[in-house]
Amino acid sequence: MSPDAGGTVASFDLTVNGTRRSVAAGPFTRLTTVLRDELGLTGTKVGCDAGDCGACTVLLDGRQVCACLVPLGQAAGREVITVEGLARDGQLSALQRSFHLHGAAQCGVCTPGMLMAAADLLARVARPTVQQVEDALGGVLCRCTGYRKIVEAVLAVPDLPAEGNAPSEAPAVGQGLARRDGPPKVAGTDRFGADAAPAGALWLRAVRSPHARARFTLGDLQPLYDRWPGLLRVLTAADVPGENAYGIYPHLKDQPVLAAGAVRYRGEAVLALLGDRDTVENVPVEAIPLTWEPLDPVIGTEAATAADAPQLHAESAGNVLIRGFVEKGTPDAAFSGAAAASEGTWRTGFVEHAYIEPEAGYAEPTPDGRLTVYGCTQAPYMDRDEVARVTGLQPEQVRILPSACGGGFGGKLDVAIQPLLAVAAQVTGRPVRGVFSRTESMAATTKRHPSVIRARAAAEADGRLRALDFEGDFNTGAYASWGPTVAGRVPVHASGPYCVPHVRVRSRAIYTNETPAGAFRGFGVPQAAIAHECLMDDLAERLAIDPLEFRHINALRPGDATATGQVLEHSAGLAACLDALRPQWQALRAKAEAFNVTTDGRTRRGVGVGCMWYGCGNTALANPSEMRVVLGRDGRLTLYNGAVDIGQGSATVMLQICADALGLPPAALEQVVGDTDLTPDAGKTSASRQTFVSGKAAQIAGEDLRAQLLRLANAGPEAKLRLADGVVEVDDGGPTRTIELARLSADLEGRGRFDPPTTPLDEKGQGVPYATYGFAAQLAALSVDLDLGTVKLHRIVAAHDLGKAVNPMLVEGQIHGGIAQGIGLALMEEYLPGRTENLHDYLIPSFGDVPEIEIHLVEDAEPLGPFGAKGIGEPALVPTAPAIFGAIRHATGVVVRQAPALPHRLRALLREAGHG
Amino acid sequence: MGVYLRPRALDEALESLAGRALTPLAGGTDVYPAHAHQAAWNGAPDIDILDISALDELRGIVEDEAGWRLGALTTWSEAIEAVASGRLPACFEGLARAARTVGGVQIQNRGTLAGNLCNASPAADGVPPLLSLDAEVELASLAGRRRLPLAEFVLGNRQTARRADELLVALHVPRPQPWAHATFLKLGARRYLVISIVMVAAVLEAADGRVARARVAVGSCSAAAQRLAALEAALVGQPCDGSLADAVEPAHLAVLSPIDDVRGSAGYRQEAALTLVRRALNELDGHRREAAA
Repeated sequence: MSPDAGGTVASFDLTVNGTRRSVAAGPFTRLTTVLRDELGLTGTKVGCDAGDCGACTVLLDGRQVCACLVPLGQAAGREVITVEGLARDGQLSALQRSFHLHGAAQCGVCTPGMLMAAADLLARVARPTVQQVEDALGGVLCRCTGYRKIVEAVLAVPDLPAEGNAPSEAPAVGQGLARRDGPPKVAGTDRFGADAAPAGALWLRAVRSPHARARFTLGDLQPLYDRWPGLLRVLTAADVPGENAYGIYPHLKDQPVLAAGAVRYRGEAVLALLGDRDTVENVPVEAIPLTWEPLDPVIGTEAATAADAPQLHAESAGNVLIRGFVEKGTPDAAFSGAAAASEGTWRTGFVEHAYIEPEAGYAEPTPDGRLTVYGCTQAPYMDRDEVARVTGLQPEQVRILPSACGGGFGGKLDVAIQPLLAVAAQVTGRPVRGVFSRTESMAATTKRHPSVIRARAAAEADGRLRALDFEGDFNTGAYASWGPTVAGRVPVHASGPYCVPHVRVRSRAIYTNETPAGAFRGFGVPQAAIAHECLMDDLAERLAIDPLEFRHINALRPGDATATGQVLEHSAGLAACLDALRPQWQALRAKAEAFNVTTDGRTRRGVGVGCMWYGCGNTALANPSEMRVVLGRDGRLTLYNGAVDIGQGSATVMLQICADALGLPPAALEQVVGDTDLTPDAGKTSASRQTFVSGKAAQIAGEDLRAQLLRLANAGPEAKLRLADGVVEVDDGGPTRTIELARLSADLEGRGRFDPPTTPLDEKGQGVPYATYGFAAQLAALSVDLDLGTVKLHRIVAAHDLGKAVNPMLVEGQIHGGIAQGIGLALMEEYLPGRTENLHDYLIPSFGDVPEIEIHLVEDAEPLGPFGAKGIGEPALVPTAPAIFGAIRHATGVVVRQAPALPHRLRALLREAGHG
Repeated sequence: MGVYLRPRALDEALESLAGRALTPLAGGTDVYPAHAHQAAWNGAPDIDILDISALDELRGIVEDEAGWRLGALTTWSEAIEAVASGRLPACFEGLARAARTVGGVQIQNRGTLAGNLCNASPAADGVPPLLSLDAEVELASLAGRRRLPLAEFVLGNRQTARRADELLVALHVPRPQPWAHATFLKLGARRYLVISIVMVAAVLEAADGRVARARVAVGSCSAAAQRLAALEAALVGQPCDGSLADAVEPAHLAVLSPIDDVRGSAGYRQEAALTLVRRALNELDGHRREAAA
């Protein structure tokens, strides 16, 4: 019996949002299914079906519950309130408005759950404390916000002004405007991948390998069809109409849509069941005629590079997918005679993106022979090309229609569900929908690359860095995915945001029989930063230089050359970030040291610092974005914005930039986001590139349209524009001129294109891989329980040079969320295939794990960027784990070289260090 | 297709149980996740459900001279509220603290103490505090009723003494001595929604400034949570003068048999259990001294 259609169907009455509803379904049916599928209330989200994430929180007789755990049989006769029931007469409640105004909703997929938990609290406690908010909302996980703005939003409800922020005449860039796409997120009306599908769509359910490496054969399927009339079709590798292969790089299409006779990781799709939902979700694995021949899997990069390791891909001898290399100066010679040197080995594990929205969507053939694929994605144009490849269509025959994206963080840069849906729709000629379960999402989709890093560094007596030598092996798992990007990005960044005369970095991406590792916020740079920041602390200690001052001495500044020989001309604000942190650094360090010398307890306090840099956009590859803004003869002004907003806020930032470039308020602009039939290619939402690259394109597009308007009005560059009722008024100081749009012969269209200037890297990795870099430094203050090896964070202070904060509120949201993920990387997150495939064994930070965060924005303008802006998405995460490890070291003297520092690991280090 | 029964009378429920194997369901906080786990790999067994949530006889907390009877449908939230309101005394404070760490409030509002015992996870948050309260379970079947000490009910990882025809209908907690305080400490790698690496529950009864009785249980360190009988014996008669924790010896924890898993190593668990037992006793010792002052 399935919880989605369990028990004998009967009629049940329940009150939902004040209205009595009658539902015909089985009593074991989950309340989530009833609300979403029977009543069309898709505001209640499903993140795990196991009570682990709280996204489905609703009120049942006034108390918060996970709707995924409530049988319809128990909801009958009771009162259910969902997110759709919070607004009154179409007006958002104060709670919803507060979330919107405080930036408490980023991607918005956890937002309904957060709102319902908060509604439960506020009904009992009018003015809750921070602790009460955290206790009441602690059952809902958020992966985007770092929770702080959610707490702020709930605390602010009792005193929320009746009106929102008033329109301002000031430039939009620099204002913390609430997100353009925010109201539907707090209303529960935003449509995510699982929230929409054509009527009559077939359901798709993949059958996945339970083995990490195996051969298999498929027997006769007829008995299966006979036994399950609701099973319309079972797709195999032979059914894939196009190439049964996809991947990120043109020469590395190594991942099959459906495996053909052999699998390379646990979770690889083998078959796709198509039919009605109840059938495809309940065909038991025992009934499926698959015969497995398990083989010894290759686990870990050491095993994969052993002399006797089986070769997993025909083209990759020794299982090495790709190598990266950067060399500057004479690193071998530079180590001799240095005043201080240090070396070590660092290890990090798989990290799961854990976006709260599992992959979901639909594919639908259209009468003109084309195919529409709807779903959550970070890269619509790349999806289009991959869907075309596997279906045998031309790219122009495929339309990618992005849904709201419930978190991405790099994980939705790869296609995962799209090829399956597209192939199924193409083969059957019918619309096909699918939703990954949480376990499926975790087992089947990409992860952060585990790393093994060996590195050494040397410095002069005065603290100047002399040399750094770094070798990193990155476990790319079963398929290439973004492995080459990691192998290419790491060498550029591995010497840190420092001026180092002699550098050598070698990296390798290595195939194994583990979950494919792909893109995850930072593309290998967070792993590398754990190593280089530990080396900085080592050298500072050896030279008896304050760790922050040591970094300040070595910070890359304008005029310095990077490891690739690129001379930074502008916008290298690390030293300014460290200057901003220094007062807190000194005060917090002194306080921690005073505590440690006076305590007789078993707690020690410490403060650490981590620094980073991050090149915005692709590494030494073309990386263009295009934008178009249309002023129609109907008076409508529309930005066609291909940069998908995965919660970070680009759909607001692009409007702010374009509006200022045009000289009209953001409110004058409507927007179409990320529809490949309508929006030009703005590349992928990754690599901290959207504000910098697509934002620049939006600026140019706005300027282009403005120039056309000024020409039509024969006005000077300083003229003020006003758009109302189909008329543009142009005020150039003299009499106001008007342009009646209806009388134009064509719509006006402004276009912008920007491709950041880079050069290819030579055989020693020398060149200009990125047009600009974000810089940051963060402090972590914490205490360590010496007996238990646990860490309690007290405070994070973050200083970020992002050129210009286009929207400071959204920037803070990115920093908070990045820090939360950095905390997870440092202290708790470790994905183990087959063992942590859910959100209770795989831990991401919850409420209460993210301490107070203080932010200093350093705006060292980047001349190439829109209004001086660079990126912030990845820089937010990278320095956090190094700062935490530095603080543990300051507190206890223990040097952490393996992430995450789980309590048992830290306790072992403390014991080794003589802490009893 | 499985059945879904939701009787309103206990007799009816017991008759159903006598006839066929049924999975009792109250708050659903274990049944649905288990199903999702199996369904993820296309293993979706047909299960037959006995929804016991309409059995009013299983509700409520009743006090008599001997102690307290907690109906099997008592949720974590009801336990928290009963302790907060004083309907349950200080010796239940450990149970209330444990309840606040079970999932989020969503789970506490739905999950039941009895369900936690019947699910019998080695990391069940309810078992150590109820062991330290000397709780008994009351089982009913058509054959009659029986009571079992909790330690004889939870037998191992997902193993209980409940026969397939029986339903756990109530928990019974005997009344301790007048001065009895309790605590609960849970060690996990994050703040909320965490499965414990180690947990310790303790109830301390004191008279004349000395330990009259101590009951200490450790969870997540063996297939079923364990009472530390040797330690409890050693504590009797000790003065509550701030030195109680010093009485704890590693040998007192020899009854534990922790394993390595994704949350921690066996050696770490054994050591952390010792630390937490000492901290728990230190806290209760402090309570006693404050009360005396």
